[in-house]
Amino acid sequence: MKLEKVAQQPGSVSGPTLLALRGVGKVFSNGVTALSNVELTIREGDFLSLLGPSGCGKSTALRLIAGLSTPTSGLLDWRGSGARDRSNIGDRSNIGFVFQEPTLLPWADVFDNVWLPLRLRGVSRVKAAPTVMEMLARVHLTGFEKAVPRELSGGMKMRVSIARAMVTKPRILLMDEPFAALDEITRFKLNNDLLELWQDQRFTVVFVTHSVFESVFLSNRVVVMAARPGRVFAELAVDAPYPRDEAFRTSPDYAALCRQASDVLIGAINSTAGPHHDGH
Amino acid sequence: MTAIEEPVLALDPEEARRVRQERFERIGRWLLPLAIMILAIWLWDRVCVWNDIPKYILPRPGVVLQTLHDDAGLLFSSLLVTLRITFLSLLLAVIGGVGLAVLFAQSKWVEMSFFPFAIVLQVTPIVAIFPLINIYVDNQTTKLLLCAWIVAFFPILSNTTLGLNSVDRNLRDMFKLNGATRWQQLRYLRLPAAMPYFLGGLKIAGGLSLIGAVVAEFVAGATGQSSGLASRIIEAGYRLNAPRLFAALILISLTGILIFLVLSLVSHLILRRWHESALRQER
Repeated sequence: MKLEKVAQQPGSVSGPTLLALRGVGKVFSNGVTALSNVELTIREGDFLSLLGPSGCGKSTALRLIAGLSTPTSGLLDWRGSGARDRSNIGDRSNIGFVFQEPTLLPWADVFDNVWLPLRLRGVSRVKAAPTVMEMLARVHLTGFEKAVPRELSGGMKMRVSIARAMVTKPRILLMDEPFAALDEITRFKLNNDLLELWQDQRFTVVFVTHSVFESVFLSNRVVVMAARPGRVFAELAVDAPYPRDEAFRTSPDYAALCRQASDVLIGAINSTAGPHHDGH
Repeated sequence: MTAIEEPVLALDPEEARRVRQERFERIGRWLLPLAIMILAIWLWDRVCVWNDIPKYILPRPGVVLQTLHDDAGLLFSSLLVTLRITFLSLLLAVIGGVGLAVLFAQSKWVEMSFFPFAIVLQVTPIVAIFPLINIYVDNQTTKLLLCAWIVAFFPILSNTTLGLNSVDRNLRDMFKLNGATRWQQLRYLRLPAAMPYFLGGLKIAGGLSLIGAVVAEFVAGATGQSSGLASRIIEAGYRLNAPRLFAALILISLTGILIFLVLSLVSHLILRRWHESALRQER
């Protein structure tokens, strides 16, 4: 069990290529280069983490993949989709998105929040009910259908958000620092439950984080990014078997993997030219 | 570990003081304004008696109450006329305000182009506009409605516009990701998000529509064409019938308060489950 730099060698859990970012760059109108020449291959079944300091463009990369933003240069190559680039059109049910905040409708109860993506696709309440209830059971929220978001804890809100993203059974789940605002105990619990869900349903995850520990615990691939300009710095394979549980979290192997990932991240931070300042 | 301590039942002095204070505040919130009101009315009565003020200058509160009772038929039928204008114009203000706000929300260009007109209508005193309306509009009710509407629709329009534009950006992205149509975005996201703003505007508009109705009646009433409460006031003024003037005034005030309370209740009932403004203070 060791962490190694890989060039194109597929990880143990992943299958054929789902999406390839080819020379993708993004320059904002204010002249900031958020991403520069990003080459990244996402395979079916990957749990891929984008790890990096603030301003390295990891959220921008996620928004590009989601189609919420278009690349300035390069292209997104969705394999097996027929279209070369369906970042803006195409089949949206293939993409689930979890934001940094739970981003729920505050006036709607848990059921209605999870139903929403199906509702927007014209699925009636009655028809959607079995799917919604199943998703709520999977995120351990059975019995909370009638609660409104303000009655829930931060962790529970995030569970609703995950259920909402998964209710359309997307092939790829994009998560933008979803657990950053949660306390550690809740975060660990959600990490475990997310892995369980992922192993069960076999979807692809792209997970943005700036926590080394979280990225190593969750993913089979960690893509370390560097800032100014945002770019891929290194790619690491986390060669530890699933299922990963609390025992893995306290194992020496995990510690060693974290240490190596941390070294690479420090390398990425130091490679950044210019003064450090915060901001996205 | 020896034994688990018995829970302490007696409150410490600090907590006890807080409990006492809360109890006082609960009672005082109602009692204090009531006491001041009663004191003021008593003082009003005394001032009349001590200074021998004739009732056509300043009637005693008892006389006003008596007039309210004696002239009830006349006054309440006038109140009904005023109320009809008030509620109709409030209804039109809601339809017009929300309708225009939704139209504005469709495009920034529409909003930029037409919002100035709304402001012009709002800032020009209605009393000054009325002579024009008087020329162009024949129907008496339409005249009054138009006046009251002009006064009342702006807070609804401006609040609802603000609300429709204050949607969380991530939520907007979420709708976009799920391929929501414009209509779906309006129906499931922007309109519910604008609800607290709209209700805030509605509370202001409720009071304004009453003011608008009374002012319109005043201007129209000067030509003897109106039968609302305002014309009763003008009439009573001409005849130095101060008790009736006071009675009509009290009726208008009470109506205004009632409208405000009802709209506050409506707002609370709609928002109580989710919006910060309607949540009970939890320390």
